[in-house]
Amino acid sequence: MEPNTRSTGRLPAAFLTPGSSSFIDFLADHSPELLPGNRKLPEGIVEAPHGTTIVAATFPGGVVLAGDRRATMGNMIAQRDIEKVFPADEYSAVGIAGTAGLAVEMVKLFQLELEHFEKVEGATLSLEGKANRLSTMIRSNLGMAMQGLAVVPLFAGWDEGREKGRIFSYDVTGGRSEEHGFAATGSGSIFARGSMKKLYREDLTEQQATTLVVQALYDAADDDSATGGPDLARRIFPIVTVITDEGFRRLTEAESSELARSVTERRLEQPDGPRAALL
Amino acid sequence: MSTPFYVSPQQAMADRAEYARKGIARGRSLVVLQYADGIVFVGENPSRALHKFSEIYDRIGFAAAGKYNEYENLRIGGVRYADLRGYTYDRDDVTARGLANVYAQTLGTIFSSAGEKPYEVELVVAEVGTEPAGDQIYRLPHDGSIVDEHGSVAVGGNAEQISSFLDQRHRDGMSLAEALKLAVQALSRDTNGTEREIPAERLEVAVLDRTRPQQRKFKRIVGRQLSRLLEADNAAAAKTDEPSDEAPEE
Repeated sequence: MEPNTRSTGRLPAAFLTPGSSSFIDFLADHSPELLPGNRKLPEGIVEAPHGTTIVAATFPGGVVLAGDRRATMGNMIAQRDIEKVFPADEYSAVGIAGTAGLAVEMVKLFQLELEHFEKVEGATLSLEGKANRLSTMIRSNLGMAMQGLAVVPLFAGWDEGREKGRIFSYDVTGGRSEEHGFAATGSGSIFARGSMKKLYREDLTEQQATTLVVQALYDAADDDSATGGPDLARRIFPIVTVITDEGFRRLTEAESSELARSVTERRLEQPDGPRAALL
Repeated sequence: MSTPFYVSPQQAMADRAEYARKGIARGRSLVVLQYADGIVFVGENPSRALHKFSEIYDRIGFAAAGKYNEYENLRIGGVRYADLRGYTYDRDDVTARGLANVYAQTLGTIFSSAGEKPYEVELVVAEVGTEPAGDQIYRLPHDGSIVDEHGSVAVGGNAEQISSFLDQRHRDGMSLAEALKLAVQALSRDTNGTEREIPAERLEVAVLDRTRPQQRKFKRIVGRQLSRLLEADNAAAAKTDEPSDEAPEE
């Protein structure tokens, strides 16, 4: 006799099935309609806000991940103060470029996936494991990506086994590659990468690494109309996060405004920023 | 063909209850207490890996006595329930009351369905509030009832005796060290009234700490932090009092 699990108010069978520690697997089993990848795609092109530039750089004690605050829709600025860098768990963070709505949903699900695993298993996933989960999630979004609703994240975290900060970048098909030193994604990434290429050194301090990413975002905003620079008038500054062996930390408003101000002030004298040696 | 014996429904339920109670009583007891900054879970558990206490959600913790595979199943079910609810609505919309209800329905249905073996578990679901007045502790016996508890609760082996011991001594606004000391005292009393020592490495301790800056308030207390707290209460006990040593009423 199969008990009718819905009418009695007891937990449905899917909740009590042992096995998977993945929240996404559970959703696929119990309520597949909630998974982003399972939605039926409507015909036609929809215009939605897009997030732009994310940059990351490692330094000996960890990794920094930062993002500008602009979201654009065509040639319009859709939002001036969007947040695109989120903690994924205590030792990792994810920054997203691409369709803002879908990206935020993906991050929410990704955070939950990591937390769920941690609660069920009583242990955290390895950094590689986390990076692979994210890869799977991006792949399931491929249908949307082909309609112009791509989500391309940058994932950074502290690897407790190897005791260093690591950066993973992705493409729309979920392809994952580890980046050494620095990385950027989004519309301004070309300029940001060029900037970091000239400024990056392997022995940066945490303070210098945060300055580096703000410089890179400034350069991206300088040449890419979809990337927002520091907005001194409205007090909107880039989001800068640092992940070390002590965990995730987002720079406070005061710290990031100080950082952005000092970079901006120097640019008043040297609009193109610091010069690297010619030879 | 043999004719089955007639068993009255009362007798059948009483047998099932007896069966479940015996199963639960085989396990070691655990206690859940309110203290000034939250809720503390204390139990005797020789295993480092198989936990009796766990995190369900931001402010919600879970404790269970009885059969491991059964409560582990319920725990994972609870985590899935909470995460799904938080994902569909908001993190604030996940409450201990909702979870306790679902557990009660599940245990109750299993208990009264003749086709299933009753679960030999007793659960505690606790939620820490932003203020002590907002703390909630629910005890869920094997048959699907819910008891809304205040201050302290014990489940497992000789829960009744431990509960009455705790009821007499627990007061609001205890410090963590005081609450921990009281809990260990309660757990180390055997059924016949003699006391035995429970070493720190056999204790499993976790807290839901409302002062924790993180969103997730659940935290295990292990190793140095645990021994420091246990020492702190020894020192405090030496300083303060004898009066807590009145003979407990049976």
